[in-house]
Amino acid sequence: MLTRLIATATPIALVLSSSALAAPSPSDWQAVLDEARGQTVYWHAWGGDSRVNDYIGWVDRQMRERFDVEVTQVKLDDTSAAVSRVLAEKSAGNLDDGSVDLIWINGENFAAMREADLLFGPFNEQLPNFALTHPEHNPEVVTDFTLPTQGYESPWGKAQITFYHDSDQVPEPPRDIRALLEWAEANPGRFTYPRIPDFTGSTFLKQVLIALSDDPEALYSPVAESDFDDVTAPLWDYLDALHPHLWRSGRQFPGSGPEMRSLMADGELDLAFTFTPSEPAAAVADFELPPSTRSFVLEGGTLGNVHFVAIPFNSPHMAGAMAVANFLLSPEAQAHKQSLEVWGDRSVLDLTRLDETSREHFASPEENPSLLPAGALGQTLQEPHPSWMNALQDAWQTRYVGQ
Amino acid sequence: MSAFHHLEIEQLSIRLHGKPLLSLDTRIGPGEVLTVMGPSGSGKSTLLAWMAGFMSRDFEASGRLRLDGRDITALPPERRGIGLLFQDPMLFPHLSVSGNLRFGMPRATPDKQAAAQDGLARIGLADFGARDPATLSGGQQSRVALMRLLLSQPQAVLLDEPFSKLDSHLRHEMRQLVFGHLRDAGLPTLLVTHDHQDAEDAGGRVLELDA
Amino acid sequence: MPRMPLGLVPPLIVLLLVGPLLAGLIMALLPAFGYLPALGGESFSLAPWRALFDQPGIWRSAMLSLASGLVTTAVSLGIVLLFLASVSGTWLDKLIQRLVSPLLALPHAAAAFGLAFLIAPSGLLARLASPGLTGWERPPDLLIVQDPWGLSLMAGLIIKEIPFLLLMSLAALPQIEPARRVAMARSLGYRPTVAWLKVVVPALYPLIRLPVLAVIAFASSVVDVAMILGPTLPPTLAVSILTWFGDPDLSRRFMASAGAILQLGVTLAALLAWWGLECLVRRLGRRWIERGGRRAGDAPLRLAGKSLILLATLSAFVGLGGLALTSVAGFWRFPSALPDSLTWLHWQRALPSLGGPVLSSTIIAVVATLIATLLAVAALEKEQRRGRTASRALWLLYLPLIVPQVAFLFGLAVVTESLGVTPTHGLVIFGHLLFVLPYVFLSLSEAYRRLDPRWSQVALSLGVTRGSTFRRVRLPMLLAPLLTAMAVGMAVSIGQYLPTQLLGAGRISTVTTEAVALASGGNRRVIGVWAMLQACLPLAGFVMAVGLPRLIWSHRRGMQGSP
Repeated sequence: MLTRLIATATPIALVLSSSALAAPSPSDWQAVLDEARGQTVYWHAWGGDSRVNDYIGWVDRQMRERFDVEVTQVKLDDTSAAVSRVLAEKSAGNLDDGSVDLIWINGENFAAMREADLLFGPFNEQLPNFALTHPEHNPEVVTDFTLPTQGYESPWGKAQITFYHDSDQVPEPPRDIRALLEWAEANPGRFTYPRIPDFTGSTFLKQVLIALSDDPEALYSPVAESDFDDVTAPLWDYLDALHPHLWRSGRQFPGSGPEMRSLMADGELDLAFTFTPSEPAAAVADFELPPSTRSFVLEGGTLGNVHFVAIPFNSPHMAGAMAVANFLLSPEAQAHKQSLEVWGDRSVLDLTRLDETSREHFASPEENPSLLPAGALGQTLQEPHPSWMNALQDAWQTRYVGQ
Repeated sequence: MSAFHHLEIEQLSIRLHGKPLLSLDTRIGPGEVLTVMGPSGSGKSTLLAWMAGFMSRDFEASGRLRLDGRDITALPPERRGIGLLFQDPMLFPHLSVSGNLRFGMPRATPDKQAAAQDGLARIGLADFGARDPATLSGGQQSRVALMRLLLSQPQAVLLDEPFSKLDSHLRHEMRQLVFGHLRDAGLPTLLVTHDHQDAEDAGGRVLELDA
Repeated sequence: MPRMPLGLVPPLIVLLLVGPLLAGLIMALLPAFGYLPALGGESFSLAPWRALFDQPGIWRSAMLSLASGLVTTAVSLGIVLLFLASVSGTWLDKLIQRLVSPLLALPHAAAAFGLAFLIAPSGLLARLASPGLTGWERPPDLLIVQDPWGLSLMAGLIIKEIPFLLLMSLAALPQIEPARRVAMARSLGYRPTVAWLKVVVPALYPLIRLPVLAVIAFASSVVDVAMILGPTLPPTLAVSILTWFGDPDLSRRFMASAGAILQLGVTLAALLAWWGLECLVRRLGRRWIERGGRRAGDAPLRLAGKSLILLATLSAFVGLGGLALTSVAGFWRFPSALPDSLTWLHWQRALPSLGGPVLSSTIIAVVATLIATLLAVAALEKEQRRGRTASRALWLLYLPLIVPQVAFLFGLAVVTESLGVTPTHGLVIFGHLLFVLPYVFLSLSEAYRRLDPRWSQVALSLGVTRGSTFRRVRLPMLLAPLLTAMAVGMAVSIGQYLPTQLLGAGRISTVTTEAVALASGGNRRVIGVWAMLQACLPLAGFVMAVGLPRLIWSHRRGMQGSP
């Protein structure tokens, strides 16, 4: 066993099935679809939201019907579990029969997998529907936390920090980061953010840092290139001032964005935020939040990013996985996903690239008072370099854990 | 059941951790009851266990046990043909009364149901076949245990203080029944007890073991 | 049963359990010292340990784990012993015993969710008391659940460990004839509860020592309960390790492995501390017993015994009831004691995706339990036939109960991967067997060894073969404990999260993996649905285990009170 482990230490050449990586032309795509026929794609995706799970179930039904490809969602409580698994397989010398075919991924998980050479690619140029995202005009679909995706992941949806509140309790919520501190001082115990290293919580740190930093540009290069203490000093001053006024006086934090939402539902919090703009409206429909729930974004914009799907280097069903990734980019699948009754996740397609009939799928949703008003997400702040995420998480923990 | 059997204990010597516990050399004839008496610790239960084939590994024994001349010392308990009666009737609680009787009958017994019926009639419990043994009185249970033993057609019998838990007014009656049946069947019997009345009613030789 | 295979059973069991465990530990030990070529660790170093000890709050984490292991065990054992001492056969005692046993089947996570919802500032208790008694219109900002001292974590564990220790004690008690001991002490003038504590406990403790040690090990390394109820800044060691293993920064896996080894050390330290405690209590206890106090404190002790166990049991049931209510709740604003409306929406949504996980859970639990029962019965039967000495090697059987899961499961996943074993139901069943077998053995062995040897002696002397004696006498007479052991095994299997997730590559989805994945979504109504499901499945096993023998033996009075 040890010798096998040692053997895998040598760099691994990607072992690919015959036709999957030929030049991108329509006939070759047909070859991919032919190869995909009859495959089962194990899609490792966070399973914490039954609406997302239901959407993936819909994808499965569509793929079976149209392409004879079966999609099985492997529900994760944390995407990094899939990263661990691929890594474990690589360390065990499993180079062509891995258990993960497709991962819902972005940010530091993507960065980690790229760095450890765990991904298959580049493949997205080969997906016929990829052109519909119009990457030349929408760089966010080929950039993940400042890192170019280089074709190793295919865009799927868009997320952006969105605040929500119960308008019965808080008629006038704070509209920017500084006002948030004043509001928290006036309303002690009614705001918090998810515990670091949670994804949503870490994003809050970045949001604050971007808003307060004298040098936000530094955040878009690797953290090693700047004076971390100097750049982040305003953030820590802010948090030190904020924490005493947080829920549980900042001695405890919810574990995740969804947990924060359930604290809203219990009336413990008056103000919260999410990475999924449609989440508050969905929670109202699920009887979790009161109908008086309203959403808004901070003035000056909030952090947003794109989430992707990627294929591990040792997936035995790459053709099937590519077929799924391509279907996910189809106008029909994107429109279905964007509809609030289904999931409410925003499309990555460039509507100008769609023909008339495809555009009709994206009929504007009916008025929902809990949803953001149309156009509110216009101003999107880009994600800093992923190295900032780790550095901020470590610094936060050193500062606030075990005190 | 009419065959006559005899049991021979040849130069038996039992030791516990190397210390001699008891030695015995005797023969029990057909229908004879040999009573073994002695205080606790004298080795009478160990003797019984050795004969039945259940002796604990803590003891070492040398000597032979012969049934009708056949050496059965090394045979497992179920192939020795030696039946046992304990202090308690030990009727299987999950079987009916007649189920208990049928349990012990040799496989080849032709009509087990009828044999059980017949056996129950012989001990005055003719209508008890379908009953739950737990609903029988102590005396009735003892009689069923005896009949179960007899119907299993043993070639010799060991009795381990079988009357000590019975009410005193039942004891005499039960002894008559047990010894009568064993004698009729011609079975050599070894009785372990510390009740002199048992020995008297058994009417055979009495062997006293020292502590 | 033929003789030869029976002789091979104990070594087989040991190989089956100890082999994977050791392999898993080695694969944790190597990276802990820097060796994991796949991640570029090609030489041994102490860097992972330095990184580990640089983690903020690492010592606090370790101490929390140690404390929750010791406190949980001491309190649960204390409550169980006090209760047993106070039992006098009243309807209340019987009711309590009847309520406690099904709790054994309740998965830890479900119990933890229930308790969390009960005691949270916006939980059921606060809602019931508000605003009438408390004046709270909004949930108070109180740190109750996930408190930094781990009190709510310990409370959650205590609720679950009481049933386990109680059933283990009840199984062991008949051996030491408590009634006779107490009667003797009472004739010397001792009050019943004091008598029980002074003459029964010293004889009982050695018999339940192993389950007690298993509780210490479990409570010091538990993951799911600690994630729900445990402290967060920092969390307990086991939870930290899990986070590090799951960190996208892959180099953290070295530190995580070092953490896994540290966890092993913490658990061993807890066991060692307990051993020291045992010595101390033995010495003090002897003085207390010999001093001869006969009456003092009898009534308060009895009251404490009953009320504490009742409190723990009721908390579990009310919490579970709260979850059931949440699963059908419409909007439910604080401080309403009841939801504004009821809805089946969440059940309806779960329904289409129920079948697969329920089937998987059932298949895995049934097969793992059957194999475990077969092996346990074979080992015990062999022990019976050879005389009453238990094979010493069988002590190794309990190793998976003592070695923390986080310490070896990640390593084991790497091992199975490198052996090229594809993740299937079979592999997951094998992983569950590691934990199911010890519990089945633990639950069954007492009853099996206690069964009067004269039953088989009678059967053999009637000329019935050994195999037949086993089938027709021992097996039916032990039906009730056998079924109970199987129900325990099923419950253990159904509650497993880490082994299912790691060995099944996440592809095997059971009610528990599904519940954990959905719990990360934080929707309490959905959690309610899955926690109820997770609780119902093993409960069904328990109902069958209790009901079947009663049904089968309804006309056999002698089988009614069987163990």
